[in-house]
Amino acid sequence: MSSLTLSDLRKSYGKTEVLKGIDLEIASGEFIVFVGPSGCGKSTTLRLIAGLEDVSVGEINIGGRVVNNLEPRDRDIAMVFQNYAIYPHMTVKKNIAFGLRTSKLSKPEKEARIREVVQILDMEDLLDRRPNQLSGGQRQRVAIGRAMVRNPAVFLFDEPLSNLDAQLRTQMRLEIKKLHQRIQNTVVFVTHDQVEAMTMADRIVIMKDGHIQQVGTPEELYRNPVNIFVAQFIGAPSMNMLSASVRDGRVMLGDMALPISAANLAEGMPLKAGLRPDDLMLNPADPLLEGHVTLREPLGPETLLYVETTLGEVILRAPGKNPPEVGEVVKMGALAENIHLFDALTGEVVK
Amino acid sequence: MTATDIRPSSDTLLTTKAPVKRSYGQYIRWLLLFLGGIAMVMPIAWMISTSLKWPHEVYNLKLIPDEPTIENYTYVLEDGRFYGWFMNSIIIAVITTVSNILFDSLVGYTLCKFKFPGRYIIFIAILSTLMIPTEMLVIPWYIMSQNFGWLDTYWGIMFPGLMTAFGTFLMKQFFETVPDDFLEAARIDGLNELQIWWSVAMPLVKPALAALAIFVFLGNWTAFIWPLIVTNSPEMYTVPVGLSGFGDEADVAWELIMTGAAISTIPTLIVFIVFQRFIIRGVVMAGLKG
Ligand SMILES: Nc1ncnc2c1ncn2[C@@H]1O[C@H](COP(=O)(O)OP(=O)(O)O)[C@@H](O)[C@H]1O
Ligand SMILES: [Mg+2]
Repeated sequence: MSSLTLSDLRKSYGKTEVLKGIDLEIASGEFIVFVGPSGCGKSTTLRLIAGLEDVSVGEINIGGRVVNNLEPRDRDIAMVFQNYAIYPHMTVKKNIAFGLRTSKLSKPEKEARIREVVQILDMEDLLDRRPNQLSGGQRQRVAIGRAMVRNPAVFLFDEPLSNLDAQLRTQMRLEIKKLHQRIQNTVVFVTHDQVEAMTMADRIVIMKDGHIQQVGTPEELYRNPVNIFVAQFIGAPSMNMLSASVRDGRVMLGDMALPISAANLAEGMPLKAGLRPDDLMLNPADPLLEGHVTLREPLGPETLLYVETTLGEVILRAPGKNPPEVGEVVKMGALAENIHLFDALTGEVVK
Repeated sequence: MTATDIRPSSDTLLTTKAPVKRSYGQYIRWLLLFLGGIAMVMPIAWMISTSLKWPHEVYNLKLIPDEPTIENYTYVLEDGRFYGWFMNSIIIAVITTVSNILFDSLVGYTLCKFKFPGRYIIFIAILSTLMIPTEMLVIPWYIMSQNFGWLDTYWGIMFPGLMTAFGTFLMKQFFETVPDDFLEAARIDGLNELQIWWSVAMPLVKPALAALAIFVFLGNWTAFIWPLIVTNSPEMYTVPVGLSGFGDEADVAWELIMTGAAISTIPTLIVFIVFQRFIIRGVVMAGLKG
C-alpha cells in the first residue's frame, strides 16, 4: 500500500518550469527525505503536496485519493515550517489545540489527544508559556506538536532544523527520528543537508534543477550513485573526481591502468573516476596515484589528508594515529569495487 | 584628550549630583522644547480657564478667573441639547471606528496577501483618492445624500468615512510584516480565509489597529465641515457643530462653547489611553525564529 504517490508532477511559475516531472511512490510509514541544493524545488514539491500551491501538471495521490483539487485541510497532512510559524499571540497549549480547531472530535477526545501529544513531546511545563518565552528547540517542538495532534497520514517538514544551532540540530534530529519510530506516520522531510538526509531517511530523494536524480536508501546512494552530482552530493568530504579515459582497451588514470574492464566503452571516451576519501588506501601493494601531502586535518579517530597529485588534489581519510607528515610523498590505491566511473560528458555512471 | 571628551552622557547627567558644566546647545534645546510645550498646552489651558469664567469675564484675558465657577458645566450638562450632540458624536465615531478597523484591514489584507490580476491598479486607485481634499468632495457627497434621502441622518453623516484610503494603506503596509508561513500554517490547520484573517492575521497587527482606531476616532470626533453641511435639525448635530452654534446670533457664548469642548475631550483621552498600550506591545515576530 502506498500512502503518497506523485505522478509526473510539474510546476511552472509563469514561463519558468521549476518542477519538471516528479514521479515517486512513498510507502505508508516511510521516512522520506528530499535533499538537494537550494533552489532545486524541494519546498515547491512539499507545498504542492500540502496544497499550498496549485499543481500545473500531474497527480498527487494521498492514501488512495487524488487530492489535486482538495483544500489543504482536506488532504490529511500536516506541515512543520522552517520558521516554526507558531502563533505568537497564543500560549503553547492554544497553539497545539489550534491544530484541532476544525476537527470533528468531541471535546474530551480533543483534550485527550492534546494531553497525549504534550506527554510524548515532554512539554507539560511549557503549556502556559507564550512563544517568546521559549527557546528555538522548544518552539520547534510546539510546531511539531501542532502537527501531531491532527494525526495526519503524511507529515511534511520543510527544513525544520536549519534555524537551530549545530548541537540542538543533532539532538532534534534524533528526537524526530525516535518520534517517527513511535508514531509510524509517513514523513516527507526536506533538507539541504546531506548529513540530515543520511541519518534520518529510510529512503533519500536527491533533487537538482526540478528533476529527481536518484531515489534510494542512504546506503544505496552512498555505494551506487547514478551520476556525478549524486556521487559528490552524498558523503563528506565529497568524492574525489579525477579525469580518466579509455586507451588501448583499458581505462587509464594518468599513466596507470585501472583494474576495471573497458568492455562496452568506446576508445578515447572521456571519463571521470570517482574515489571516496574513505576508500583510498595509503601505500597499498598496487598504487594508482602518487602525490605529496599539502595539509592535514586531524579529526581525532582519523585525519583528513589533502594530497597534491599530477591529476589534481585528492582528499584521503587516513588513520588518526601517526598519519603522514605534511610534505611527505604518499602512494594511494583503491579496490576495483570501490572505483566509480562516470561518463565525463553526461555525468552518468558507466560502471 | 580634553575635558569635553570624557563628559558623561546626558543620561548620567540627570542622575549624578556632581556639578557638571552643561553646554549652551543643551540649554537652547530645552528652551525650544519648553516653548513648544507652552504652545501646545496654552489652548487647552485657555479652554479650561474660559469654561470656568462668568460670561462678563470672558473677554478679560486672564488665565486664572477672578471668580471661578462651575455654573457653565452644570448648565451644559443639564441642557438637553449638548447631551444629544454628545451621544450623536459617540455613536458616529464608534461605528466609524469599528467599520474602519474591519473594512480597511480586510481590504488591506486582501491587497497584501492575495495575488490576483489588477491588484496593483486597485491599490493605486485607492491611494490616489488620498490626494483629493475633503472640500472638493463635499458637494458630490451632498448631491448624493440628497438623491438618496440621506440628508440629516446618521448614515448621511457617517457614509463618507466608513472606510478610508489612508487606513487601507496603513493596514496593507502592516500586513506586509506578517510572514506568509503563519497564514499557510493556519490554512493547513483547516481555517478558511476569513478565519485566517480574523484569528491569525488581525491579532498580529494589533498595534496598527490601535493606531488606526485612534486616528479614526479623533478624526470623526472633531469633524466639522461635513456634519455641518449634511445636518439640518439641531437633534442631528454632532458636538463640534452644536457647540459652534451655542449662544444666539448677537452674542457667541464662548464660556459655554469652551465648557462643551472641555467635556468632549474626555472620550478622546479615554480612547487614547485604552489603545496606546497596544501600540507599545509589538508582537509580530515573537512566534518566528528567535
Ligand atoms: N512563487 C514563486 N514564483 C516564482 N518562482 C518561484 C516561486 N517559488 C519558488 N520559485 C522558484 O522555484 C525554484 C525552486 O524553489 P524552492 O522549491 O523553494 O527550492 P528549494 O526549497 O529546493 O530551495 C527556485 O528557483 C525559486 O526561485
Ligand atoms: Mg526550500
